Amino acid sequence: MSETSTASAPPRQDLTNRAPAAARSAAAINLEGLHKRFGPDSVALDGVDLTIHEGEFFTLLGPSGCGKTTLLRILAGLESPDAGRLTLGGRDITQVPAHRRSVNTVFQSYALFPHLSVRDNLAFGLRMQGVSKAERDARVADIARFIQLGGLIERRVDQLSGGQRQRIALARALVCEPNVLLLDEPLSALDAGLRGQLQVELKRVQARLGMTFLFVTHDQQEAMVMSDRIAVLNGGSIQQVGSPKDIYERPANAFVARFMGHDNLFPILDRDGVRLNTALGALTVEASEAELSETSGEGSLLLIRPETIDLLPPDQAGTNCLPARVTDCLYRGSQAEYRLDVGDAELQAMVNNRGWQLPSVGDRVCVSVAAEDLVTLAGEAGT
Amino acid sequence: MSGARVAQAPGGRRALGETGHLLLTVAPGALWLLIFLVLPGIYLMSVAFMTNGPYGQPQMPLTLDAFERLAGYGILGWSPANLYTLLRSLTQTLVATLLVVAISYPLAYHISTAKARWRPVMLLALVVPSWTNQVIRTFGWMNLLAPGTPLAGLAESLSLIPPNMGLYPSNIAVTLGLVYNFLPFMVLPLYAAFEKLDISQVEAAQDLYASPLRTFWHAVFPQTLPGLLAGVVLVAIPAFGMYVVSELLGGGKHMLLGNLVARQFAGGANWPLGAAGAILMLLATFAGLYVMRRMGRRLGGGNEVVI
Repeated sequence: MSETSTASAPPRQDLTNRAPAAARSAAAINLEGLHKRFGPDSVALDGVDLTIHEGEFFTLLGPSGCGKTTLLRILAGLESPDAGRLTLGGRDITQVPAHRRSVNTVFQSYALFPHLSVRDNLAFGLRMQGVSKAERDARVADIARFIQLGGLIERRVDQLSGGQRQRIALARALVCEPNVLLLDEPLSALDAGLRGQLQVELKRVQARLGMTFLFVTHDQQEAMVMSDRIAVLNGGSIQQVGSPKDIYERPANAFVARFMGHDNLFPILDRDGVRLNTALGALTVEASEAELSETSGEGSLLLIRPETIDLLPPDQAGTNCLPARVTDCLYRGSQAEYRLDVGDAELQAMVNNRGWQLPSVGDRVCVSVAAEDLVTLAGEAGT
Repeated sequence: MSGARVAQAPGGRRALGETGHLLLTVAPGALWLLIFLVLPGIYLMSVAFMTNGPYGQPQMPLTLDAFERLAGYGILGWSPANLYTLLRSLTQTLVATLLVVAISYPLAYHISTAKARWRPVMLLALVVPSWTNQVIRTFGWMNLLAPGTPLAGLAESLSLIPPNMGLYPSNIAVTLGLVYNFLPFMVLPLYAAFEKLDISQVEAAQDLYASPLRTFWHAVFPQTLPGLLAGVVLVAIPAFGMYVVSELLGGGKHMLLGNLVARQFAGGANWPLGAAGAILMLLATFAGLYVMRRMGRRLGGGNEVVI
C-alpha cells in the first residue's frame, strides 16, 4: 500500500521528489515490552509497547525523566533494552549496533563535529556508508539547497548561529535518508521566535519527504503543533497514544490532563446515571454506561475545559447551567480569563472576546457547558 | 617565538602615546628575553665559529673547525662517534615519545572518564612525583634497575639480559628514565583534549554509520590531535636535549647529544665544539617543530593546530 521505500532495500530517491506517505498502515517501528533500568531504583522504561506508522510525525511527550529520551536512544542503538523487542520495517534490530541501523538522530546538543567543515559534517554519514565521492558531493549539495544553507557549506561549525547549527544537524541526518529520523528535543536550545519558525519548517520538511519522524519533547504546545500522533509518557510507561486532538480533548487520565495544562479537574462525589455530583453542583455528561462505570469510581475526576464554558445571564436555566459569581477577570485581548465561584469550588473559564459586554468582577452569572464537552477521568493511580 | 612579536610591536608611528604605552608594557619581558635568550644565543653562535684555544677557551680566528669536529673529522681522521651520539639522541627521543604517547593516550582517556571526584586525585598522583628533583628521581631508578633488584631479576629470568648485568646502565634504562620523566607532559594536554570532547559526538558518529574503530579515527582522534601534538612538543624537545637521565642511567656509555655538549663545556674543554653541538640541537628542534606543524595542519583537516 505504501509508496515509500521499504526497509529491506531502500532505493536511492531524490529527496525532494519523495512520494508523501499515501497510506499510513505499514509499521515503521514496532516496540514490544521494552524495559530499561539504570540501577535498582531508577526505572527508565517499564514495559513499553508502541507502533509507529510509516511516514508519520510521531511525538514522545512527557516531563523530564519520563523515559522518552531513553526510548529514543534505544531506537538509535545508543542504549540497549533490558528486555523487549524492537523491529524496524519488520526486521528485528534489538541486537543491531547503532552504526548498522537505518535510523539517524538529530541530537539535542546537535553534536556537530567541530573539527570538520559544514560540508564534511553533512557528508559524514554518507562517507561512513561508503558512498562514492561524486554522489556524496551531489547529495550534500542537494540537501544544502533543500534546507537553504548552501552558502554556509565551507564554514566551520563554530562560525554558525544556533538556528544554523540546528538546521545543519537536521540536514546531516536527513542526507542519509534513514527509514526513521529521531529528533531529541532539537528545538529546546533556541529562543521562542526561532523555535516557532523551525517548528513550522520541520513539519513542512517531514510532510515533503514523507519520512517517519520520531520527535521527543517536553513541550505540549510543540507536540500538538507538529505531530500526527502523540504518545504521552510518565514514569517509564505510556499513558495515552492518540492524535493531538484526542490527547488534548479526551485525556485518558488525570496525569495526561494535568500535563496538557488542564486545571479544571473536580472529584466526582457520586453518580446517578449520567448525572454526576461534584463540588460545583450536579452536571450531566454524555457517555455510555460502560465508560462511566470505568471512570466514575473512587478518586475519579471530571474535566471541564475552560474554553468550552459559556457565561450566560444569571437567570438562565437548563441542563448544566450552574449559578456562579465572578471573582477574578484577566483581560487578554482576544480572550478573557475568568475565575468563578461555583458551588463550593473555583472554576476557570476562557471566554472569546466577540465584542459583547463581558461580565466583571462581582457579577452573578450562569455557567453553561455542553454535556459532550465534559470528560470523566479514572482515579489518579501512581501520580 | 614571542620575541619576534615583541620586536615588531613598536612599528607603527601614528599614535606615539599608544606606542609608548605598548613599549612600556612589553619592556620587562623583552628585556628578560634579550638578556637571557637573545644575547646568550648570539654569544653561543659566535663561539661556535671560533678556534679552540690550548685551555679550551674560544679564541680568534673564526673557523669552521668546530663543525668539522662535530661531523667526526678529528686529528686522527674521521670517527663516527658523534654521528652515533646524534642518531642515539634521535632514536631515544623517538622511541621515548612513542612510548609516552602509547601510555598517555589510554591513561588520559581513563582519567577523563573517571568519576568527577577521582579525577583530581588521579591527576595529582601523576604530577606529584615531578615535584621532586629530577636528579633524585633518576637516582631512584638506578636503585630499582641495578643488578640484584627484583626488576633486574625478572628481566634476567625472562632472558632479556645476561645474568648479573642489571638493567642499568643501558639504553633501556635511559628510555625508561625519559618515559618516566616526561609522562605528565603528555598526559595533561591529552587529558584537557579528552575532557573537552563531547560524548554526544561519539554517539553522533555511531549514529552516522561509523564502526567503533572509525568513530575513534574520524570523530575522536582529530579532536585530541592538538593536545597530542602539544604533548609531543613538550616531551620530544626536552627529551632530545636530555642530560641528567642519560648521564646517570646510561652510565656514561650511552651518551646523548646533551651529554656531548655538556662535556665540551666541562671536562672536554672545547667550547666551540660544545657551541656547535648546541646549534645542531637547536636546528634539529626547529626542523622537528616545522614538521609537526605541517603534520598538524594536514591531519587537522586544514584547521590550524596551534603548537
